[in-house]
Amino acid sequence: MPSAAAKKLRPKFLSLPAILFQIRLPLPGWVSILHRLSGALLFFPFAAWLLYLLDASLASEQGFSRIKDHYLQLPVVKAAALLFIWSLCHHFCAGIRYLLIDVHVGVDLPAARYTSVAVIAGGLLLTAFFGARLW
Amino acid sequence: MKRLVVGAHYGLRDWLAQRITAVVMAVYLVVIAWVLLSTSPLTYDAWRSLFAQGWMRIATLLFAVSLAWHAWVGVRDIIMDYIKLDGLRLALEVSVLLLTAVYVGWTVQILWR
Repeated sequence: MPSAAAKKLRPKFLSLPAILFQIRLPLPGWVSILHRLSGALLFFPFAAWLLYLLDASLASEQGFSRIKDHYLQLPVVKAAALLFIWSLCHHFCAGIRYLLIDVHVGVDLPAARYTSVAVIAGGLLLTAFFGARLW
Repeated sequence: MKRLVVGAHYGLRDWLAQRITAVVMAVYLVVIAWVLLSTSPLTYDAWRSLFAQGWMRIATLLFAVSLAWHAWVGVRDIIMDYIKLDGLRLALEVSVLLLTAVYVGWTVQILWR
């Protein structure tokens, strides 16, 4: 007699909506995928953007005021800066969590869930703090 | 020379490097955040003299090199996981390597101008 598992259709191909809305990724999974996403964004384009800002702001006093008083005041630039700040803060917090897991701190499930909440909340709170300073 | 094509520990050096560079960057970021938050409002003179100091230039260069190494390991992992076409994967990996070199070169150019 075939078991219940054998009757299921395999392999199962998942559409993007299924991945987004049907599968409930556990919190540590969200921390992980956001760590990847933020890391990729930080490498490109944000690192290049930051070097551009550093270059222009250090080149001359005009360059500095152009960046600080004009460029960084544009709403679209502020939105991009906010995304950059969140990427950095989330990547930073999640990275510390992974370093702790490497030394066997917070490995068991209740602790892993708790630290996942802390990382996501910490990333958002730090973004709010630095975002408020930027605005 | 005897070379094993399979075995353990081949990823260990990358794994360790990624963590050491992470700690270097984390320390730099905390110091920078502290300096920037304590010099408000930021003027051009304060900004320029901050990056004119020797320790700051060395620390920033160390940060840039750490970033390059850290990002190489991380982005290569992402590429290996998702890009199945060999040619495309190689092209992307080479692009990432070249971009890290551009970042470090650009950083040096900015710092010692």
